[in-house]
Amino acid sequence: MIRIENLNIRLLQFHLRDINLAVEENEFFMLMGPTGAGKTVLLEAIAGLIHADRGKIFIRGKEVTALPSEKREVGIVYQDQALFPHLSVLENIRYGLHFHRTGREEGKQRLGRLTGLLGIDHLLSRLPVNLSGGEKQRVALARALIVQPHVLLLDEPLSAIDPVFKEEIRNALKAVHHNSMTTFLMVTHDFGEALALADRGAVIYDGVIEQVGAIHDIFQRPASIAVAEFVGMKNLFEAIFQDGSALIRGCRVLLDREPGIGHRHVAIRPEDVTLTRGSMSPNRGNTLPGVVSAVAGQGFTYEVHVRTGELTFKALVTKKSLFDLGLREGLEVFIFFDPASVHTF
Amino acid sequence: MRKKEPFFWFTLACGLFILAYILLPLIELMTSPSIPDLWQTIQDKDVVRSIRLSVYTAGSAALISFLFGTPLAYLLARQDFRGKKFLEAVIDLPIVIPHPVVGIAILSVAGRNHWIGQVLGEMGIRVMGSVTGIIAVLTFVGIPFYIHSAKNGFEAVSPRLEKVSRSLGASMISTFLRITFPLAWRSMLIGIIMCSARAISEFGAVVVVAYHPMTAPVLLYERFEGYGLKYSQPVAVWLVMVCLILFFLLRILALRKVKET
Repeated sequence: MIRIENLNIRLLQFHLRDINLAVEENEFFMLMGPTGAGKTVLLEAIAGLIHADRGKIFIRGKEVTALPSEKREVGIVYQDQALFPHLSVLENIRYGLHFHRTGREEGKQRLGRLTGLLGIDHLLSRLPVNLSGGEKQRVALARALIVQPHVLLLDEPLSAIDPVFKEEIRNALKAVHHNSMTTFLMVTHDFGEALALADRGAVIYDGVIEQVGAIHDIFQRPASIAVAEFVGMKNLFEAIFQDGSALIRGCRVLLDREPGIGHRHVAIRPEDVTLTRGSMSPNRGNTLPGVVSAVAGQGFTYEVHVRTGELTFKALVTKKSLFDLGLREGLEVFIFFDPASVHTF
Repeated sequence: MRKKEPFFWFTLACGLFILAYILLPLIELMTSPSIPDLWQTIQDKDVVRSIRLSVYTAGSAALISFLFGTPLAYLLARQDFRGKKFLEAVIDLPIVIPHPVVGIAILSVAGRNHWIGQVLGEMGIRVMGSVTGIIAVLTFVGIPFYIHSAKNGFEAVSPRLEKVSRSLGASMISTFLRITFPLAWRSMLIGIIMCSARAISEFGAVVVVAYHPMTAPVLLYERFEGYGLKYSQPVAVWLVMVCLILFFLLRILALRKVKET
């Protein structure tokens, strides 16, 4: 559907290097990475709004690298919605129809279907300035989708939305994706959004694609330190592997499978680390003694740091277990994690 | 009411002083000629001709600024390139150059001693003492005001609006006409008015290039020199009226713009 080959873009202080990417027809693909990683640049290159220095872009098998934006059939929705302020909601949504020679009846039908699906029928006569953030985002979606583009590019569509309305826009995105033949390519710096919306994705870091695959795979099995950090693998150590276990600075950790060739790191999600006051059966999994070195509140959960030998493990615990265990700095505890939750790369 | 601090009274006093300083001479000027005097002046062919010429040349300068300045203003608002600061500084130069110098500078290029002047001469275009010459210097002094205002207008239009428009199938030109222009036209019009206002009041540069045909400021000066204050006042009143029309248009547009944003 979208195929990108060896794409290179050099901007003033930024370089997108050798990007290779394939997105399937009608897929919801997530492009993830921290702010400044080059996600928006890649998006605008696909839309034809930034010129590529080297490489090729194909959409539906046709090369579009040299085509201007208006000939690519690629819609774009920005974080700030970019609604035309001098046009009403209706005029905004209908804007693209004029350039696609869509018949009057056909246009009306599409309009009705989209506004119904997105719940914006009652807003059509308003000006954008009088809409809430969530309403604006739904109008922007309708405006982009009414011309039935091959691809819809979404540049962090949720990050400027009030937390209360995020759920609503997420559902709207799912609904319109489900109801259209369009391929969705969305950019986000929030891994939670990726998990909630997409099946496949890629992590981009400092202008380079670090990993492509199923979101769940990226989440559980990051392929590099950058990706591991991005997906929240807080326990990240260099290790030496021998006899089915990993040696991390003198600390032995059991694995449930042989590490791959060339692997030099282990990573464990903080949610997979549990804390106990007494020792568990030593035959079961990894149990290590340690001392609580810090407790940091993170809203509904707490991140507990436990020092064991030279290492510090991080565990995510609920408020309830924090109180049940009486966790505080200096307390002696045992940490436990299943060998299956130890990821190597 | 709460008691005001001395500083408040100080600012108020300064404000009133400046208000009086600006308004008193103008009110005195506007009220000193009698109505019959004004009526007689406006029937004076020379006066009418000079005001018409002033409006025509200033309008032409604004039109030229609009035609050549709009693409440049758009470029300056949208693109970053090496030498942009230098280009902006060059555009601002006419604002700080003494007015008679402008006239002399234009003549040194368009005169008989310069090849450009010779080429123009062969084409039958005369700058010295001609309407062409007046328009040339008025454009020179007026164009920075247009470019500034138009550039600000374009900068206020987010490039993302244009990008979205392109992605929806609109060409560059359609995008400009349907998105950029409707959002920036007020700033462009304000620029045209500021450019005209600046041009219509120009004296120093015009008098060097063309004493005849006479624009309103030159005629005013001649009446003052030849016949004294009393005879120049009615002409001045008519010129002020023309300027006030421009001024009110400008205020109305500028206030609307603030209200919209």
